[in-house]
Amino acid sequence: VETGVVSGFIRAEVRVDGIVQGVGFRPFVHRVATRLGLRGVVGNDERGVVIEVEGASTAVAEFVETVRHRPPPLATVDRVTSRRIPVTGEHGFRIAPSTGTGHGRALISPDVATCDDCLRELFDPADRRYGYPFINCTACGPRFTIVRESPYDRATTTMASFAMCEACASEYHDPASRRFHAQPVCCAACGPRLRLLHAGHGVVGREPASVPAGDLPPSPLGDLPAPPPDDLPPPRPDDPPAPSADASAVSGPVEIPGDPVEQAARLLRRGAVLAVKGIGGYHLAVRADSEVAVTALRARKRREERPLAVMVPDLETARALCHLDAREERLLTDAGRPIVLLRRRTDGDSPEETGRRQDDGVHSFTGTRSSIGTRGDDGAARVAEGVAAGDRFLGVMLPYSPVHHLLLRRFPQPIVLTSGNASDEPIAYADATALERLGGIADAFLLHDRAIHIRADDSVVRVVRGRELPVRRSRGHVPRPARLTREARRPVLGCGAELKHTFCLAEGRHAFVSHHIGDLENYETLRSFTGGVRHFERLFGIRPELVAHDLHPEYLSTKYALEREDAEPVGVQHHHAHIASCLADNGVEGPVIGVAFDGLGYGLDGTLWGGEFLVADLTGFRRAGHLATVPMPGGATAIRQPWRMAAAYLAGTDAARGLAVRDRNADRWDAVVAMAAKGVNAPLTSSAGRLFDAVAALTTGRDTVTYEGQAAIELERVADRYEHRAYSCRILDGPDPPCAEGTATDTANAAKPAGHEMSGTTESPVTGPPHTATASRMGTFVVRGHDLVRAVLDDLSAGVEAPLVSARFHNGVARLIVEGCARVREHTGLSAVALSGGVFQNAHLVERTAARLEGRGFTVLTHTRVPPNDGGISLGQVAVAAARDR
Amino acid sequence: LAHGAGGKATRTLVEAVFLESFANPLLAPLGDGAVADGLAFTTDSFVVTPLFFPGGDIGDLAVNGTVNDLAMCGANPSYLSAAFILEEGFPMDDLRRITASMAAAARAAGVPIATGDTKVVQKGKADGCYITTAGVGTVDPSIQLRASAARPGDAVIVSGPIGEHGVTVMLARGELDIEAEVTSDTAPLAGLTACLLDACGPGAVRCLRDPTRGGVATVLNEIAGASETAVVLEEDAIPVRAAVRGACELLGIDPMYVACEGRMIAVVEPGAAPAALAALRAHPLGAGAAVIGRVAEDPPGLVLLRTGFGGTRIVDVLVGDPLPRIC
Ligand SMILES: [Fe+3]
Ligand SMILES: [Mg+2]
Ligand SMILES: [Zn+2]
Ligand SMILES: [Zn+2]
Repeated sequence: VETGVVSGFIRAEVRVDGIVQGVGFRPFVHRVATRLGLRGVVGNDERGVVIEVEGASTAVAEFVETVRHRPPPLATVDRVTSRRIPVTGEHGFRIAPSTGTGHGRALISPDVATCDDCLRELFDPADRRYGYPFINCTACGPRFTIVRESPYDRATTTMASFAMCEACASEYHDPASRRFHAQPVCCAACGPRLRLLHAGHGVVGREPASVPAGDLPPSPLGDLPAPPPDDLPPPRPDDPPAPSADASAVSGPVEIPGDPVEQAARLLRRGAVLAVKGIGGYHLAVRADSEVAVTALRARKRREERPLAVMVPDLETARALCHLDAREERLLTDAGRPIVLLRRRTDGDSPEETGRRQDDGVHSFTGTRSSIGTRGDDGAARVAEGVAAGDRFLGVMLPYSPVHHLLLRRFPQPIVLTSGNASDEPIAYADATALERLGGIADAFLLHDRAIHIRADDSVVRVVRGRELPVRRSRGHVPRPARLTREARRPVLGCGAELKHTFCLAEGRHAFVSHHIGDLENYETLRSFTGGVRHFERLFGIRPELVAHDLHPEYLSTKYALEREDAEPVGVQHHHAHIASCLADNGVEGPVIGVAFDGLGYGLDGTLWGGEFLVADLTGFRRAGHLATVPMPGGATAIRQPWRMAAAYLAGTDAARGLAVRDRNADRWDAVVAMAAKGVNAPLTSSAGRLFDAVAALTTGRDTVTYEGQAAIELERVADRYEHRAYSCRILDGPDPPCAEGTATDTANAAKPAGHEMSGTTESPVTGPPHTATASRMGTFVVRGHDLVRAVLDDLSAGVEAPLVSARFHNGVARLIVEGCARVREHTGLSAVALSGGVFQNAHLVERTAARLEGRGFTVLTHTRVPPNDGGISLGQVAVAAARDR
Repeated sequence: LAHGAGGKATRTLVEAVFLESFANPLLAPLGDGAVADGLAFTTDSFVVTPLFFPGGDIGDLAVNGTVNDLAMCGANPSYLSAAFILEEGFPMDDLRRITASMAAAARAAGVPIATGDTKVVQKGKADGCYITTAGVGTVDPSIQLRASAARPGDAVIVSGPIGEHGVTVMLARGELDIEAEVTSDTAPLAGLTACLLDACGPGAVRCLRDPTRGGVATVLNEIAGASETAVVLEEDAIPVRAAVRGACELLGIDPMYVACEGRMIAVVEPGAAPAALAALRAHPLGAGAAVIGRVAEDPPGLVLLRTGFGGTRIVDVLVGDPLPRIC
């Protein structure tokens, strides 16, 4: 019996900061308090959750412990503070409504995959949401992609236009319900509706004409080849009409009658290309086992070579296709549901065998033969060769929205699910744009009327050395903030680089790295960058006072930064930003030996860097060593045509005589060599990516690339994992004067890294004495990448096979990294090495490099939260700008 | 050196140094020439390596360049001046060749070289021969051509295939053993502009520019910037000769940024586009004219290129020498 003030009771105010809204935090608090017999109240404010609890001091203590250490699964608790306040004698425990004042410091959750409870209901015929494609609860559903502004409330999401029915409203208001304050809550009676439309060129928003079955106008996309009988099943009588060749008959999107999911599954079965509106944008889907369907998708999308990802109905199917370890399994089923790059099984490799030998080595890269029909004789799921031709890896994801679950229940096989765009455009997320842009690609659209406010591509991750290595960080992660090592004095915007672009907005210790924006030279992409910045500024209530940018004068992100007149620009060198992003990712400040190997970035001396050994902390860096420079004949053309880099590395030698790469490019070889030799449009670079390109052209014959990094990716793919020999190359004392930060464009204190205090935390893996004056006396060393190219040539001409050559080259790069680091350690005493830059997406290289470094007593820092590629640059820029602003 | 490449660095230099020191209302629009009291006045210096190249030399380049600057103001060129800076030891035969081609070019344009000057500097103080020309011409007061006059809906026309002069000069340096069938497009455009202005009538032509340094991309950015409009181009509509395209591919350069010396960009009222195109095509120097895009409202100040793949690429002003941006 509660009777007012009880003697011995205390009352505490408990503040919880972090991702604590929209994740079922208040019901959780309610449950815990009630269980512990506590009285009081819980509410949201613009910063997080505020609780007052009253009861026995032991119960209050246990309550605080529980909140701090066992919060609900989707919550991220940054900080819990509590203080004693006077007891009030209050009765019971209440949940107060959101105050919703001020602008939101409260963090917004990333989008979350459908939870098990909701899945059970989705497939329970007795449940009122049985088969309803928009089921969600406080533990799952769309978040970031539907939020228009803060605070996160139904009225500020794209669900605002759907008025809750009585049943939904009562769940929404019931603290005991899983759907208490679940903002996107809805049901078939009140929520969004799924529709299946024939592709057409009309205007969305217009109510599509309902046409009786059998009388449907043909799809404008008739170029799907007639399926051969052994590739696709024959049509059934109740299948939707096949797409046909007459384009003129359709004036607008026309709804296909029947159950949208059922009909969509039938279209998939017949090999059609389906545009599916997901959580962060539109996907294009085809059945993954049909070579014909996959070829049609590639042809229409003009994505000729890049591997495609698949969505599989369940873990078991993933296991049938690929090797899965515990970590990979966890990632696949993670609430963020990324695409996980998994090692494929090859023929004769049963799921039970976990031995690593079968798929390894020389033969595996030929991949599996494309299969016929839906399942092989053994009943196993298959993926057509064209999905990821020749690749040892396959990008796999599990269903994450109820629409995916329903679709794959009806069509329980792997489907290709690739971003809904034509070649280089950003993924389509608005219905009108999707119908217009994808109208020439898809046969039908499975879409709905819940708007996506901001797009988010699928995240991509791989596991290297038993750890997560992000390749693209977007849906399911954004906008969860990275934590800076210290409070930023002033709010910072990091504008990122140019390709694989992200930006990052930071205040205090929170650094909000944006969703994947894409390649900025596209106008649509640039718009989503500038619009995204505005959105983030409003959403998090942050007005940046510093704007950090790359030093490359032609990056559109640099130009944007310099045009912003409301914030102070801070230039951050590209590779310093890479290393700083790795430091921020690991929560440390350095100093470290930073190995930044990537395609290229603008250097302090105006040349293009990309194979860099830096001595760096967050505030500054010194260039300790780098790959020997080579000309890039034709500038950016040399990036698209790796054979030119082979020519550049061989210019001035007679080694090219009789080489296949020269014969293949005989008409231009001499001119390109002359460009390299005479410096005609041939900027110098120390890029490691270009070294990989040269070796790839020689080894795998990859002369031109159709997507970034293709040559290096293919070179990694063929590398024999059991080869341990390594090519060697010379490291010379460079003629260049040491290059430290502190030029006109970059006003950082040049000598700053030396003698800098370490980031005073015990968790720092950085050890060793702070490096002192010795560092500045050390000259810059130069690594002769040419020696590796020469070694590759010698082996190739001796008849050594590509897998061995590739492996020895990779191992050689690992070796030169270790030797370079050893040189820096000699001079500085530093023994922590941060590996960053796009080259370190290469699993073979990371494994070999880390193993060799650790063998020599180095500590190795790699990326686990943001990608080592340019997607991580914005976080690095922010970390540097904030560290300098002290 | 990036300051001379014609891109944003040039513009910054001009704005920071000259505009500030010489500030006056005639200079402010930074056009190719100044127009006042029915007179157009312009000057230009010519430094080119090599001095002789297929299709021309520094001499006709110097005459045509100034004639064209006057033509872009809508003027009828009247007189030119020429000043030479010669390096000690410069071959007399070369000088004769240059002056002969200047005379021929002046004759072809119908403009006498009325005055001049010569200085000789020590060996090593100059690269052979530099020429500065200046010109005056008369302008009909009804003609007012300004980059800021472009309006949404206007047609953007180029008078012929682009990139020929710049690629020719690059190849003529002889560093690369490349055989290509390209010659400089250097030509006087006053006749062509007169035909165009006649055919369209006053007011229908908003602006004329010759895409010299920095090429078509730079000129269009200036127009978009000055008029606060967008220029939206269709990649497939831009005329580039196969030989030029091939050479550009090999050299890794974008023809949109390569100098022309005998082409012009015309922005004309929507209704006047057919007449403009017909008038240009009827003239030998405009036979390859084409509508390459439109002026649009949005996004102001940007030049966009719609590619064959349906993408929309930003054609930006280069800050300095082109450097790859790909990581
Ligand atoms: Fe990079
Ligand atoms: Mg001029
Ligand atoms: Zn749920
Ligand atoms: Zn409802």
